[in-house]
Amino acid sequence: MTRTPLRPLARILPARAKGENPDAIERENIRQRHAEMQDRARVRAEGRLLVLGLFFFCAFIVVGGRMALMAVSEPEEPVASTHGAAIAAQRADITDREGRILATNFETHSLYAQPPELVDPVAAASGLVRIFPDLDEARLIRDLSGKRKFVWIKRRISPEQKQAVHDLGDPGLMFGPREMRLYPNGKLAAHVLGGAGFGREGVNAAEVIGVAGVEKQFDEYLRDPANGAQPLTLALDLTVQAAAEQVLAGGMKLMNAKGASSILMDVHTGEVISVVSLPDFDPNDRPRPPVSGDPSDSPLFNRAVQGVYELGSTFKIFTAAQAIDLGLVSAETIIDTSGPMRVSGYPIGEFHNKNYGKLSVADVIMHSSNRGTGRLALEIGPERQKAFLGALGMFDPTPFEIVEARGGQPLVPERWTDLSTVTISYGHGLSTSPMHLAAGYAAIANGGHYVSPTILKRDGPQHGPRVLSEGAAADARRMLRRVVTGGTASLGEVPGYAVGGKTGTADKPRPQGGYYKDKVIATFASIFPSHDPKYVLVVTLDEPSIQAYDEERRTAGWTAVPVAAELIGRVAPLLGLRPDVEPGPRAAITLTSN
Amino acid sequence: MTEMVYGAVPAQRGEPILPKWWRTLDKWSMTCVLILSGIGLLLGLAASPPLASRNGFDPFHYVERQAVFGTLALAAMLLTSMMSPVLVRRLAVLGFLGAFAALALLPVLGTDFGKGAVRWYSLGFASVQPSEFMKPVFIVVAAWMLAASQQINGPPGKLWSALLCMTIVGMLVMQPDFGQASLVLFGWGVMYFVAGAPMLLMVGMAGAVVLGGTVAYSASEHFARRIDGFLTPEVDPTTQLGYATNAIREGGLFGVGVGEGQVKWSLPDAHTDFIIAVAAEEYGLILVMIIIALYASIVVRSLLRLMRERDPFIRLAGTGLACIFGVQAMINMGVAVRLLPAKGMTLPFVSYGGSSLIAGGIAVGMLLAFTRTRPQGEIGEILRGRG
Repeated sequence: MTRTPLRPLARILPARAKGENPDAIERENIRQRHAEMQDRARVRAEGRLLVLGLFFFCAFIVVGGRMALMAVSEPEEPVASTHGAAIAAQRADITDREGRILATNFETHSLYAQPPELVDPVAAASGLVRIFPDLDEARLIRDLSGKRKFVWIKRRISPEQKQAVHDLGDPGLMFGPREMRLYPNGKLAAHVLGGAGFGREGVNAAEVIGVAGVEKQFDEYLRDPANGAQPLTLALDLTVQAAAEQVLAGGMKLMNAKGASSILMDVHTGEVISVVSLPDFDPNDRPRPPVSGDPSDSPLFNRAVQGVYELGSTFKIFTAAQAIDLGLVSAETIIDTSGPMRVSGYPIGEFHNKNYGKLSVADVIMHSSNRGTGRLALEIGPERQKAFLGALGMFDPTPFEIVEARGGQPLVPERWTDLSTVTISYGHGLSTSPMHLAAGYAAIANGGHYVSPTILKRDGPQHGPRVLSEGAAADARRMLRRVVTGGTASLGEVPGYAVGGKTGTADKPRPQGGYYKDKVIATFASIFPSHDPKYVLVVTLDEPSIQAYDEERRTAGWTAVPVAAELIGRVAPLLGLRPDVEPGPRAAITLTSN
Repeated sequence: MTEMVYGAVPAQRGEPILPKWWRTLDKWSMTCVLILSGIGLLLGLAASPPLASRNGFDPFHYVERQAVFGTLALAAMLLTSMMSPVLVRRLAVLGFLGAFAALALLPVLGTDFGKGAVRWYSLGFASVQPSEFMKPVFIVVAAWMLAASQQINGPPGKLWSALLCMTIVGMLVMQPDFGQASLVLFGWGVMYFVAGAPMLLMVGMAGAVVLGGTVAYSASEHFARRIDGFLTPEVDPTTQLGYATNAIREGGLFGVGVGEGQVKWSLPDAHTDFIIAVAAEEYGLILVMIIIALYASIVVRSLLRLMRERDPFIRLAGTGLACIFGVQAMINMGVAVRLLPAKGMTLPFVSYGGSSLIAGGIAVGMLLAFTRTRPQGEIGEILRGRG
């Protein structure tokens, strides 16, 4: 770039010569150059201002366009966005064998508070206490007026309660949708269903998880959305269950028992049509597990599958059946039941110290002779007895599909001595649950096949491993029938249903060792109809005691048997069994034809 | 002779002030400003009663105050627009000294009104926010310096104005008030751009901003969360932004009707930062479009008029004032429609706020003073064959 000098000599010198001020030339020069520079700057600025103007124009167009786009889009209801994985709701229903609802879901709301949003925490708290009297007002006021941002108040509230809270009108009290588990039949089948509670909880949903019974056993299945909300169908029959609960509760009261259980099982399929344990509870409001006292006295305790008891003489039929099955005896073989009899130094006595003398095997069962069964057991021997009882599943918890069944672990003697063999033959020294007993009787009733008890509906009969021959099972059934027609269970006759069964009265063991003299477990294990058995019924009463014929009576024949008879009379028609009634005399009509 | 006998006719230098003002004024822009302040009052009627009832005042307490401040602002605007650019510059320099002192003394004498940022002086009946007044006077002072640097043998005005700008930005960031700080920085940047910033420097700065943003995004989780929150299509409806979005949707084309809007009850800043949402809900897209058009015509008209300006100082000062005015409006509305990340900024002349209104009046008055038509030596250009 060539620099133009501010004071060009070519012009300065003539100016000096004329006497003009040469500074004017310099100023003129500067002014000129300045104007040129400003022109250049202006041209450049013109372009840049145009850019700025365009930028603002476009920016305002964009803002306006965006505004228009938003204005024409549909307004949405504001919904709080949820974070994290949604909690899976929609637990599958549970139904009985006919599809009648046992457990379902119910839409409800939870109640929570956001204290910063509350208008008047004290008024809100007192209003809430008026609606929910179980809330602690002082604590609620402390929670609501403190620094907390979020307070759960109620997990589940009814629509009426929701409306009442709504009417309080405080914007800080909020409702979260909830799905709760509802057992519309209340206490019915409480021990089978168990109950459900809330797992992970969010404001918008909560996970419902099973806490006991089938709800816990099949928790994953019920929660699995892949099942398409297919209900879980149980083997239970709602009407039979209701009848059984009613009869058993009445029987328990009548017999002054502190607990009772009954199991009704299909002998071919193993389906448990009804299972009752009393006292019971309402699964809609499941009580907390007891912290003191004997857990087996709690209503939560399932006596039918969880409780293991020495079930007494009901076991005698297994001994007799096995002896016949092994060919050692027949039903008519005479056994000497006279005393005294000692095994390993211990005397074996009879009920009320009776002495029956010589009896046939069938009469041993009918009179329930301890010594007679003990003799049979000694013939069988410990190994074979142990193997047979093992095949009937007497040593392991039952495979019954509720979580409590795993707790029903039988108590088996550590060393299986001759004495054990004899006592176990009449049901002492081996503690099992009533469910074990029902499975054992089902094997006799169905002709010798083991069936595992199940709570799920089955399509056809199970054919478990054969444990008894057909003939031995038939002999055993006849013996059971004789117990009712002429033995200890004579109160168990139900006209038309040919009940057969065996009583058992076992002294309750003391926790500190030995046995109570005045506390028994009375059991009646029955099959009906005994000529072609369809069902097994096991009724157990805990500590029954009645006054009959001026005597205090506790034996099963006086307590459990009448209850079982009443039960069979009620449920057999519901099960669709025709009473086998002898035809009455024919009307005196002469059939003529002409 | 006549003059010697009868005395001289009183010499009149140039035209009388008012006719000259009316003749040279950008009347369209002034009309736009007047309409905007009218809309401001109208929206104040809609948006501020909830706030007034919350604070225990009469329903139209804030509207009355807005009317008072609006009148003051319009008076300040008219008065300023009648001044000559030199007078504007001189007063602005004085005002700058005052505003600078006020800003510097804020940490000692200011109050924060419990909002966590010390930005205000409490005068009892009203509060003053010095940073609002700082913006226009700083623009004028910086334009003066930048223009001076274009003189031959002029001072290094670019450096000086840059240092001044950094000082003020620093003081605003300390308050903290990032919104005003970025406006000041933007105003200076625009003037520097028009004053002839080298292209290379600007490309470099754009690159640095992108790089810095990337680094900040990967390094600072807070920053990243804000950007992510802005970028996600989902908007949490319980935030101010969510309410504003919903209000705009509810309004649709023609609005839900005067006084029928709901958003003003749930938005704490309905009368200031989110007033456009109230406008959109009650009066619909129509009014919003009118407001946008008014802002756009003020800014674009001013810039186009400044293109013809020959005096570098007037050009730069006018550019700076027009641009901060426009960008403030744009950011305010851009936030409401989620084009920009959330940033509190008032809508000039429409939002409620005493300092903002009066300072806005002064700034627009200055702008009108600078955009008045002046002889630009067109004859000389024609003579030199460049017309």
